[in-house]
Amino acid sequence: MTLETYFDYFILPILTISVILVFIRLIKGPKVVDRVIALDLIITIGIGIITIFTIRSNQIVLLDVAIMLALIAFLGTVAFSFYIEKREDD
Amino acid sequence: MINIIIGILSTIGAFAIFFASLGILRMPDFYLRLSVTVKAATLGVGLLLFCAAIIFPDISVSTKALAITFFLIITSPIAAHMIGRAAYFTGTPLWKGTIVDQLAGMYDKETHELKNDAEPPAEEPEEQIAKTEDETD
Repeated sequence: MTLETYFDYFILPILTISVILVFIRLIKGPKVVDRVIALDLIITIGIGIITIFTIRSNQIVLLDVAIMLALIAFLGTVAFSFYIEKREDD
Repeated sequence: MINIIIGILSTIGAFAIFFASLGILRMPDFYLRLSVTVKAATLGVGLLLFCAAIIFPDISVSTKALAITFFLIITSPIAAHMIGRAAYFTGTPLWKGTIVDQLAGMYDKETHELKNDAEPPAEEPEEQIAKTEDETD
């Protein structure tokens, strides 16, 4: 078993199942804050998937996308929490 | 030899991410879900990026992997703190089995500041503990 088939048939399916499980929480989540952290976790797992895809396709340029996603996920969560806290004052 | 090391590291990383997603689905309330998300997912993604840094002999890949890991470790606790604070202000209930809510009555509702003095407030504070399982699940 080579490393390529191991990545293709073991690591990537585990990450895909993880995204599906988090997506159930994104749909279900009883409050808005549950949905916000589910979205944050989906983007974090997406960074992992991009990393594995970078290894498999030998395109190291794709890691730049992962940097941008890490930035945007942080800013998105902070903006969501800021406005959720503001909304309560009205 | 190097393939075995990469296989072990990526397996640990993938399972850490899998346990994070299992935790966010199965944990009983928001605050427990938050604690699972931040730690396990950061560990998993960091290990996967470390695998990429080992595989490619390029210095730019190592730098980018280090930058992403560093950035995740710096920023995810800040985001988790802010969203947890916003959740407590908006009245997200704690799990039914919670014994004590030590933050009850300690936040100033007007200025959103945490009171610093140790003395408890005059009236009995209202704890945000859920009455039933359905409220938080």
